[in-house]
Amino acid sequence: MTNALNTLAVLAVTASLAACGGTQERDLAGADRSYQNQLIERLIDAQPGDVIEIPEGIFAFDRSLSLTVDGVTLRGQGPDRTILTFQDQVQGAEGLLVTASDFTIENLAIEDTVGDGLKINEGENIIIRGVRVEWTAGPRTENGAYGIYPVQTTNVLIEDSIAIGASDAGIYVGQSRNVVIRRNRAERNVAGIEVENTIGADVYDNVATENTGGILVFNMPNLPQPGYQSRVYNNHVFANNTGNFGHAGTPVASIPAGSGIVVNSNDLVEIFDNDISDNRTANIIISSLHSTGYSSYSVQDDFDPYPEGIYIHGNRFTGGGDNPDGLELQGLKLLVAGPLGRMPDVLWDGYQDDGKLVDGVMPDNLRICLDNGASELVNADGPHDYAAPAITTELHRCTLPRLPVIELASAQ
Amino acid sequence: MRSVLKLIAALALSSALAACGGPAPSSPHFIAEGNPPLLSDWGMMASNGRSLTLGTGVEPYDLVTPLFSDYAHKQRTIWMPDGVSADYREDEVLDFPVGTVITKTFYYPRGSGETEVMRSFEHAPGWRADGLDLAAIRLVETRILVRREAGWAALPYVWNPEQTEAHLARAGDIQRLTLVGPDDAREDFAYAVPTSNQCAGCHAINNTTREIQPIGPAPRHLNRDFDYASGTENQLAHLAATGYLASWPGAAGTPRAADYLDPLASLDDRARSYLDINCAHCHNAAGPADTSGLHLRHDTPDGPNLGFCKPPIAAGGGTGDRPYAITPGQPDQSILLYRMEINDPGSLMPELGRAVSHDEGLALLTEWIAAMEQGCAD
Repeated sequence: MTNALNTLAVLAVTASLAACGGTQERDLAGADRSYQNQLIERLIDAQPGDVIEIPEGIFAFDRSLSLTVDGVTLRGQGPDRTILTFQDQVQGAEGLLVTASDFTIENLAIEDTVGDGLKINEGENIIIRGVRVEWTAGPRTENGAYGIYPVQTTNVLIEDSIAIGASDAGIYVGQSRNVVIRRNRAERNVAGIEVENTIGADVYDNVATENTGGILVFNMPNLPQPGYQSRVYNNHVFANNTGNFGHAGTPVASIPAGSGIVVNSNDLVEIFDNDISDNRTANIIISSLHSTGYSSYSVQDDFDPYPEGIYIHGNRFTGGGDNPDGLELQGLKLLVAGPLGRMPDVLWDGYQDDGKLVDGVMPDNLRICLDNGASELVNADGPHDYAAPAITTELHRCTLPRLPVIELASAQ
Repeated sequence: MRSVLKLIAALALSSALAACGGPAPSSPHFIAEGNPPLLSDWGMMASNGRSLTLGTGVEPYDLVTPLFSDYAHKQRTIWMPDGVSADYREDEVLDFPVGTVITKTFYYPRGSGETEVMRSFEHAPGWRADGLDLAAIRLVETRILVRREAGWAALPYVWNPEQTEAHLARAGDIQRLTLVGPDDAREDFAYAVPTSNQCAGCHAINNTTREIQPIGPAPRHLNRDFDYASGTENQLAHLAATGYLASWPGAAGTPRAADYLDPLASLDDRARSYLDINCAHCHNAAGPADTSGLHLRHDTPDGPNLGFCKPPIAAGGGTGDRPYAITPGQPDQSILLYRMEINDPGSLMPELGRAVSHDEGLALLTEWIAAMEQGCAD
């Protein structure tokens, strides 16, 4: 499947590039270029407790901003009124890099950065509220990778924010702990919202649409921390059918267009009460690194590539799965649902850790459980080279203990 | 003893300089707080626009393998107040006392046009052990690292067009220059002076403590000869003799990084030394780039964390459509090399301090990866 997915990703990229030749980045004719040094020095001089207000306007920067002081709030006048644009950027791998704790950013926009938009690298008590990160010419492979990007952070709230056009993930929380992502909108990114190698995340009341994949919960190898325990609920995940315009080699480049919610190699994920519709490959995909590029030589010895303890219940599915991305997935659909049918709502690649079977049966707490009315699950039979895929819903009809609510003071 | 040596050095210098019209050596001093607006406030060097002279007791040094910075030449110096010295630490930067001032001056041999600078490796025309003759040199910036009570502080200064003074530029600067190669090839680039905060992007090598510290002056990087005005000498021996370095065990007991251009050193040692000085300040197990799981210190063991067959985590366009950081035996399938050759600021590595690619470094690492046995078996 990987090879086919890769081929398809390339085709999809070519197609999407051809399609968006006419779109333009924001016109900077009236932008203010004199504010740059003022803001840079304000960030250098910041003291704990400072609130840095940025006025209304369009402010252009030719290099990245950075903040290294704890306890600072950066506040604009609204995500459409205070705009920091990096179209002119010639230096720096992100728009704003924050290496500090107790940081709040709100009510402003970061646009057209050459790399990531807003990156927060290590820190605790992070609030991102009412922030828009956008590549204004729409989905393009040359766009920066991540829009809103806290990594190795603890106690993180991302709310009422918007991410558009990221060539990797619009909102990406990596290697973090205790995270709430709510009431955001992610559209036209490769991945809308991605939670990776993170312990404890609640993802709810978000809208993810027109991405390649809507909401992703991933674990990647060779990192200091494997992730587990994410709740994805009350989200509206629809029509995430944009051709994959990610860079080959990145983890998201293997995401088929039309993926609603994807769990890859992560454990303890509860997906419930979402409205999931019209994602053309499958509304939910549960997979292992084994089907997305696993190589024993390239993975640390203690990495667990199997998704375990996955509980899907109470979601409202409409449409989707009718036109999977790529010949192999088309073939899979044809085989299990016929020419006029659609892919079952849950597509599982079939990889499980046979070493954990007890008397041939997976212990309850490690199972993939589907308790979602008439929705069905297809086992793609990845371990046998996808030879005998089958709808195996009945083998997954089970329930798991509910996961705990994330306790986060800033989200109360 | 140091005071006497300083006095003798000062006398020797003043007589030498009188001959070539340089300014008298300035008197360095430690500034315990604040942001002095002028480089001359520190007294580490003085320039009259024709000649730059190091201050009294300001010791120049080089590194065995230096960080690449857009082919800029670098004059590095160390100075300490009377009565203090750095303690030797075998595998870290020297333990510098409060009051230490380290400078790094970035300059280029001038080209013919106003913004042209020459790409070269050897000492620039006008290089002196105790300063620079400026007739054929363009000074760009001088960065100060000062060890204060609260820790190290980083301050960037940008030289004026007259080359007589450098002004504090905490917000950094972009200078549009053209690099002229030996074959007369021209490459326009945006030379970036970092902001004070960006200094921490490299100099805070532990992203949890975020303490700023020097990177270069560790024994393994300093353990080489330097052509001092007084003659050629091992740099650590020289620092010990001047009183700047205490408890040095001697050259035999000191580790030495490989010179990445040394044809007598092994390919592996040269490549690892290059990665160590250019990458490991971020790519170490506690550094800002530990998020990538790619560690490039000289002592990182072979394996996925050194990049062998390691898929990227958050490289974005930096993958160059390649599968692994290092694909053994296949340089053109190795992300690491793509990120060294690409000049797009969203994809290049290192993230700061480079706008043009380093052909010689790239050639070395290409050779290193090509020589590896192929295979990232599934």
